[in-house]
Parts: sequence; C-alpha cells; structure tokens
Amino acid sequence: MSLLEVRDLKTYFHAKEGIVKAVDGVTFTLEEGEAIALVGESGCGKTTTALSITKLLPKEGHIAGGDVLFNGVDLAKISHEKMRRTRWNDISIVFQGAMNSLNPVMKVGDQIAEVIMLHKGSNYKEAMQKVKKLFELVEINSERMNQYPHEFSGGMKQRAMIAMALACDPKLIIGDEPTTALDVMVQAQILNLLEKLRKEMNMSMILITHDLSVMGETCDKAAIMYAGKIVELGSVEDILEKHVHPYTEKLVHSYPDIYGNREMISSIPGSPPNLLNPPTGCLFHPRCEFAIDECKLTEPVLREISSNHFVACHVRGGLI
Amino acid sequence: MTNVIEANVVSNVIKMKENTSNVIEVKDLKVHFEGSQGFLKDFFSKEKNTVRAVDGIDFVIKKGEIVSLVGESGCGKTTTGKALLRLVHQSDGEILFKGEPILKKDRREMKLFRQKAQMIFQDPYQSLNPRNVIIDIVAEPLTVNGLISSEQEKKERVIEALENAGLKPGERFLYKYPHELSGGQRQRIVIASALILNPEFIVADEPVSMLDASIRADILKLMVEQRDEKGISYLFITHDLSLAWLISDRIAIMYLGKIVEVGDAELIAGSCLHPYSKALVSVMPVPRKIKNRERTILQGETPNPSRIPTGCRFHPRCPVAFDRCKTEEPALKEVGVGHFVACHLV
Repeated sequence: MSLLEVRDLKTYFHAKEGIVKAVDGVTFTLEEGEAIALVGESGCGKTTTALSITKLLPKEGHIAGGDVLFNGVDLAKISHEKMRRTRWNDISIVFQGAMNSLNPVMKVGDQIAEVIMLHKGSNYKEAMQKVKKLFELVEINSERMNQYPHEFSGGMKQRAMIAMALACDPKLIIGDEPTTALDVMVQAQILNLLEKLRKEMNMSMILITHDLSVMGETCDKAAIMYAGKIVELGSVEDILEKHVHPYTEKLVHSYPDIYGNREMISSIPGSPPNLLNPPTGCLFHPRCEFAIDECKLTEPVLREISSNHFVACHVRGGLI
Repeated sequence: MTNVIEANVVSNVIKMKENTSNVIEVKDLKVHFEGSQGFLKDFFSKEKNTVRAVDGIDFVIKKGEIVSLVGESGCGKTTTGKALLRLVHQSDGEILFKGEPILKKDRREMKLFRQKAQMIFQDPYQSLNPRNVIIDIVAEPLTVNGLISSEQEKKERVIEALENAGLKPGERFLYKYPHELSGGQRQRIVIASALILNPEFIVADEPVSMLDASIRADILKLMVEQRDEKGISYLFITHDLSLAWLISDRIAIMYLGKIVEVGDAELIAGSCLHPYSKALVSVMPVPRKIKNRERTILQGETPNPSRIPTGCRFHPRCPVAFDRCKTEEPALKEVGVGHFVACHLV
C-alpha cells in the first residue's frame, strides 16, 4: 500500500460567475520516503491539490469527488475533528510566505513548543527539549529558541517553519513553494536541508513549485499540471529529459541551462485558459502547435507510455 | 594564474574614457544611507549607523551593450541602478552619462537626461496606475515633457510604442485598464512607456522575476531586439545568474556593495574565478538532472551592510579564506582581457 494515494481528486470552487474546476481529476501515488514535485504555472491547481489533501480549503471550495487515501484512510471523507489530529501528526505543510506567518510577539521556540503540547499532549519542559533537538536538526543554534522572529533572517525563519512542520514527526511533509521568496544560496541551503531530513527520517514529501529547475536535485518524480489536470507524470529524468507532452517540452525549454548551449529560452504563446469557461477537448489545444482536430473534440486521458511514465496527449501519447 | 596582469582599476577607467562609445561610466560610486538606531541612541551616541549599500564600484556600459548586475538581496544592485538615474543620492564617486557627470546637471539638462535614461521596475502589478487607461499611462512621459501637440499624435505615438513592445494591434489596448491585462502584457506596457521617448539607456530592475516562466522569454527577447535595432544600452539587474548569462554581454557579480568579479558573460558562467561567483554558479538550478553535481553551498546569509566584515567582505563565508583575507581588502585586478576579479587567491 502506498503512503498516499490520490485518486481522481476533484476540487471545485463556487464563484459568483459559476463553478471553477481548480483541480479536476488528479491522480498520483506517493510511497514512503519518496518525493514528488507538483509543477505548473500560477493557477494550475497545484496549491489547491495540497490544500485538498490537508483539507485546508477556503470555504468557497470543496472536494467534489475522488479519494485521498493516506495509509488507507480516505481523508476526503473523515470529519474535520479527525483531520485536525492528522495534521501536524501525520501530514504537515510549509507555506510559501511561511516565514511571515510566525507570531511576531511570541518567542520562536515557544511557538514550536505550542504545536507539540497541543498535538502530542507533552508538558512545556518536554516540548522545549524537543524544540532544542529540532533546532539542531534544521541547523539553527539552539540558543536562538528564546529569540523573537524579528531577530531571525529570512532563511532562518524558513528553517524554523520547517522545524515546526517536523515537530510531531510527520510521515508526509508538503512544501508549498518553500523557497520561492528566498535568495539562490539560501534556496540551495533549504532544499539541501529538506533532502537531508527526508533521507534521515524516511519522510515523504510533496514539493509544490512553479520552478521546474529546482526539482531536479530534490525529487524522485514529478507531475506537470496544467489547468487543474496532470498532463505528464513520471520520474524527474523522464520529465526533464524524456518529456513527451508539448506543454512539458515548452516549460522545460523556458529555463536556461547554464551548462548547456547559450540559446534563447522559449515562451508559450497565449495564456492559460479561464477555468470558468474552459476550452473543449484538451485544455492545452489553443496554445499547442501540434493540435489536431481530435484535440478540440475529446479530452485525452493519462496513458502509460513507458514504465511509470504517463502522458495525456492525443498526438504524442502513443495512439496516433 | 601565471599571466596575471596587475592593473589598477582606476587606470583602466582612464583608458576606457578615451573610448567615446561609453554610455555609462561609473567611478568609485558609493551610496551610503544613515540608518536610525532608535531615538535615544541617535541622540546620545556619536557612532553613526551607516549602511554602506554601494561601497565603491567601477564599471562601464558601452553603446548597445547589456551589462548584468547579479547578486543576492541586499548586495546593492538595485541601489546602483537607482543611483545611475539619480533616483538616490550618491555619497561619493562619479557617474558619467555619455561623458558628462550626471551630478552636475542643472534642471534643464536633467530633464533631457530623464528622457534619455529610463527605468523598468520589477513588479508590473504595482508600477501601473490602476485608475488610468493604457493610452494615458504610455503617453505620460510625452505629456509631462510637452512633446505632443494633438490627441491624434498622442494616439499614433502610443500605438507605435505598444506595437514596438509586442502588443499588436496597439489600438486594442488603448482604452483598457491595467487590471484587464495579464502580467506579461502589463510588463510590456511598462516597457512601451519606457521606450516611447527613444531612450539610449535603460535600467531594467528584475523585469521578469514576477512573471511565469513561460512568458519570461518574450520580455527578454524584446529587450535584446531593442538593443539590436536601436542600440539601446541596458543595465540588467537580476538575482538569476542564468538569465544574466542568457542575454547579456558582460556580467558583474556584486556582494555586499562591491563588485567582486566582472567579465564576459560566457566567461563568468563557465570559468569564473572568485569563490563567491563559483559558488553562485554551482548552485544555479538547471532544468536537467545532473548526477553527482558538485555544489558549493555557502553557510549563513549575506551580513548586514551596516556591519561589513573587515578585510575581504566575503571572508566569513568564503570556503578558501586565509589570514590575509581578514585584514586586507582585495582590489579588483585584471586577470584576462576585460576580466576583473577581487580576490587575494587569484
């Protein structure tokens, strides 16, 4: 049994103008100790997928269908009270602006201890001992436990947030753009740290990122998302070097390769569809240079083209 | 390094001065800010909390050249860009625009300079007035300079600028508001209004960092096209070394207010010599899985520019620092044609 199995997940938002299918039939699995990247541009549904798994959706959104099996339990169907106990203990999430979500008038150590006391039922002393260990784990001097967030640099705050996410020894950690607001060097430090912790603690990880070039060093596999759907799923090597879907190809070519040839990067003409009024057939067809008539009529499904490499494309998915 | 040509930067700047094609020349530029330490400390303490944002840098930008300024947050790259356009007060040094110091310009000359030198800001969601329609936003530089006589002329000039910036057909955008446009289109509007006065020099401060990867290329191509067609010179400010490598002629790497290395873009990406530049290149994310890539991840973060370390300012984080680095600040020296490095070990 996989640690996490997301099957045909559908998350819809009710807007004034109609229904927005932010996540529409997403399927992937994650084994213990494995890391997957969910990659895509703004509005592709990658964060909504994470919020659906952790049941943190805003009130306008709801899970309209599908299962989120975590250790065999369907999180989509359990009560909010039960979910509340699952978060932190089994699944934790580090958000993009996480370093700005620390309480400015509370000592950093106390904020982390609070999580442990609440979810593990420990007393303050036990909790603080755990915090000390966590600080060492994320490579912050444990003397800083008694400092306030303003005394921390951006990178250190993000480390503290990771320490907090690890506080109850979760099996799965979700990083929602955990390094986006950080400098390249600090980004490298944080990604390195996540990689190290994941190996040491045999944790699984979902890394949500818009930046395709950061996943190569941290993840085992990747799912490319477009307009609420996964268009290609495979190992990181499959996605970066043996990609098949035209969108993946364009996306990979929009990053310069400093070790390769100095060629101008490419752009993708047009813009992602308005999900209130999505195109028929393949959602990518209006921007796809290979589109044929079939693409306008029917929606392609994810098909396995080689071992564990899935593609949803009529033209290149191996059918025609 | 056997054939190290020990050359003083100053003498090199003098050498370059003879070259009239320099659009921008920067000599020992310093921008310092007086920081506050709180009311009582400011009042009683004689010590001043000076933030040395830019601390003595030299470089030139030739006609039709794209020079990138690369570094992490707080290294002084944006402050340098602003100083070049006289948007912040320079504390020391000299900035020459086509051979003339911009600090000595009077009101009238300054007005002309402002037409010739433009800036593109990072965030197209914040740099456009949400209450104005596109035609007014793009025509504003013309209106404030009194360069148009009729509505008809305004319309024609704006359409031309929009189409130059890749928004075709231009008429379609004239009466739209910024919120009706996508991020990429907004950045094109910003560029159109920068281009409408036919500038000779543009400071582009992180022009694509707020945009999705799939549309960055269009904006970068536009900059390169304008350079090729009109000979516009650019200072491209970015934290992303790979983008700098992609479009620029030369790259200057900045650390804590100083340029630590400057040279040809290919050379900096491929065989830079300063330990900081090397580390930056080694951690650059690439869209490829590189097995056993050797990465130099520096510890800690850039120190506070109000407390700059002694000697070489990079020494506390440098993997190869030795005693001399703690006391003596290395000067930029020429190690190859147009390639300057500030490191005792080079």
